Amino acid sequence: MSSEFAWSTEQVELRRTVRAFAAAASPQEEVRRLMASPLGHDPAVWSRLGEELGVLGLAADEEYGGAGDGLVSQAVVIEELGRALVCGPLLGSVILGATALGALNDTAARAELLPGLVEGRTSAALAAPLHRGGFDPAAVTVTATAHQRAASPDGAATAGYTLRGSVPHVLDGAAADLLLVAATIGGADTDDDDDAVGLFAVNAGAAGLIRESAPTMDLTRRQATVSFNDVPARLLAAAPEAAAVLATTAETAAVLLAAEQVGAAQYLLDLSVEYARTRLQFGRPIGSFQAVKHLCADMLVLVEQARSVAYHGAWALDEGTDDPRIAASLAQSVCSKAFTQVAAMTVQVHGGIGFTWEHPAHLYLKRAYTDAALFGSAETHQERLAQLVLDEAGAP
Amino acid sequence: MSADTADALAAAGTSQDDDRGRVERAARGVLAGIDPATATTAEFLGACYDAGLAWVHFPVGFGGLGLPAGLQAAADAILAAGGRPDPFLNNPIGVGMAGPTLHGHAGEELRAKLLRPLYTGEQMWAQLFSEPGAGSDLAGLSTRAVRDGDGWVVDGQKVWTSLAHLASWALLLARTDPDLPKHRGLTYFIVDMHASGVEVRPLRQATGQAEFNEVYLTGVRIPDTQRLGDVGQGWNVAMTTLMNERSAIGDSALGRGSGTIADALGLWRDRPDLHSPALRLRLADLWTQAEAYRLTGERARVARTAGPPGPEASIGKLVGAELNQKIYDFCMDMLGPEGTLYDSYDDPADTLQRRFLRARANTIEGGTSQILRNVLGERVLRLPGDVRVDTGKPWRDIPRG
Repeated sequence: MSSEFAWSTEQVELRRTVRAFAAAASPQEEVRRLMASPLGHDPAVWSRLGEELGVLGLAADEEYGGAGDGLVSQAVVIEELGRALVCGPLLGSVILGATALGALNDTAARAELLPGLVEGRTSAALAAPLHRGGFDPAAVTVTATAHQRAASPDGAATAGYTLRGSVPHVLDGAAADLLLVAATIGGADTDDDDDAVGLFAVNAGAAGLIRESAPTMDLTRRQATVSFNDVPARLLAAAPEAAAVLATTAETAAVLLAAEQVGAAQYLLDLSVEYARTRLQFGRPIGSFQAVKHLCADMLVLVEQARSVAYHGAWALDEGTDDPRIAASLAQSVCSKAFTQVAAMTVQVHGGIGFTWEHPAHLYLKRAYTDAALFGSAETHQERLAQLVLDEAGAP
Repeated sequence: MSADTADALAAAGTSQDDDRGRVERAARGVLAGIDPATATTAEFLGACYDAGLAWVHFPVGFGGLGLPAGLQAAADAILAAGGRPDPFLNNPIGVGMAGPTLHGHAGEELRAKLLRPLYTGEQMWAQLFSEPGAGSDLAGLSTRAVRDGDGWVVDGQKVWTSLAHLASWALLLARTDPDLPKHRGLTYFIVDMHASGVEVRPLRQATGQAEFNEVYLTGVRIPDTQRLGDVGQGWNVAMTTLMNERSAIGDSALGRGSGTIADALGLWRDRPDLHSPALRLRLADLWTQAEAYRLTGERARVARTAGPPGPEASIGKLVGAELNQKIYDFCMDMLGPEGTLYDSYDDPADTLQRRFLRARANTIEGGTSQILRNVLGERVLRLPGDVRVDTGKPWRDIPRG
């Protein structure tokens, strides 16, 4: 562990390694090929990231196949994957799946399910409402019903459940081997107002599970609508643990997604500056015009500030140096704005070519607006900050 | 930190820890020898200077230890914790800009005479750069220095000179050859502010106060020994000064909720009667921006101890200035009709209204936001410069006004 913003030489080397891997294994032609393919990614490349490079579980504990390095190292990797738009179940398996599993009290479940994700052999998806800037139990749309034998004198440990309901926007949900599902536990014979949420595991082949791929604006990121028609499920965390696991998952996801936003925004800044240096109009590079130069300067400011808050979030969650709710909402509110603005400015700096299909700008623009909507908009996170900083604490 | 210093740090390798130990021992030695609680500021800072802890990268005997500049932080941490008065706040232009400029460009005799009283604050410093006709375009300045025997005679007008009424010495940039292109006809001097022909007049600003001065120079004689750098090399010397101006600003660490955002948070806390949902979200947005600014400053500070400054170090002034204006705009909007009152233009109290007015200068002083965006574009992002109409022309042929 190190003090905030002091990246270790190992982390600098890690960045170099992942950037080189992404450049070789996922050049833009490959991204475009994969985004038009049914699966949307190359499982061989994904498993190389897991097994050969070992960079998919840097924050996971070593006993479950991870590296135990913490979120800063994982953020470095995600920043570089985001820079190159490397296709794969990053959201489902790493940012959400491994995070949620790693936060479970159930060590047996962790030992069984985490190593596959960390090695890139299996993939996961999380069906839980995180789009309001945190875990929102009131927005859970799946109910879990305990089997009759739950009442047996042996106790609840042997209880089985079935799930009913439907969840939209499940990231990487169509191809996931493992679905982690937030569901409200209510017995068929109970009419009390118990709406406690549990976290369940559902296997890809389970009976009654229906997954429909949703057509996405960002073709490099897959979503599915997942429906459960009395699907047998295994309870991973009961109330109140499940809500705590999902809240932690939302905070970690906010910070790790911020790292992706930084990496992609930095790529766009580099691309725009290179174009402004070489594109000639009126007999001079367009970057010599202050109107364009100042756009680029503003992009630089956005990227640098985004990097500061994203890594503050990673360090804060690793070291406990800040309220994790504040660090997470800060990261998402700043980085969502930065990436969407930088993407829009990139199109503008490039002019007409930046609006064509052949140019990479639209791939990043779509990623930017998708990222900003996944785990709570910038405004949603600022509302959370208003509650935490202005309403609850008064002025600190 | 200069690239040279960074190289020196890298080359130092294993000896770096020994050097750090040497700096830390020297700092503890100062604190053991003199108590900042009982000594005067000048006495204590004098002890720091004599121990080589004023600027550790300066030579021994001139306030330094001849060590990498990155080790300054090690000394500052111990001395500040021990109660050292802030030498920069004590003499900002002296310590922040004149010290490094003298180190880089003055001969041994001048440095021996000037550096110690500069660091202790016994001799205050001012900077005679900006003129009514040369703001952003500093190299276009008109103040003339004409050779006269073994010295120079200076005539001209300078403006926005802080501390001129208290200063013993000033850094002066003047034109010595109007027939050369503007950057090449400048020479750098230090001027005795008590010399005959130096007249300081307070300059009243929109807040009603006079934080700055105009300085009129009429037939001021400067001995040639007070020239820094060669004749015609003034611009290069001025760059040393201005580079240090940028790194001096924003050197101090801020905690969450401190700095100018504290004014908006305080107003929010103290005046629930003025709350509205729209203002609440606007303040949350400003708080978020203040955090992004603060954390980027933290990152720049950490990076500085490890190597040459990266782009994160260049954006602080631009962001901070614009943020200040947004914060005080918010305060004015929240105050509503109360904000339209102003206690006194003769002797204004330090109210939010005064701070609001003062913040308008933040995006002008120390480099306008427009110039800073040019700097970011050209020096950090390496974008090409604008087409110039003054390049290569003799200064006297460039239109002014």
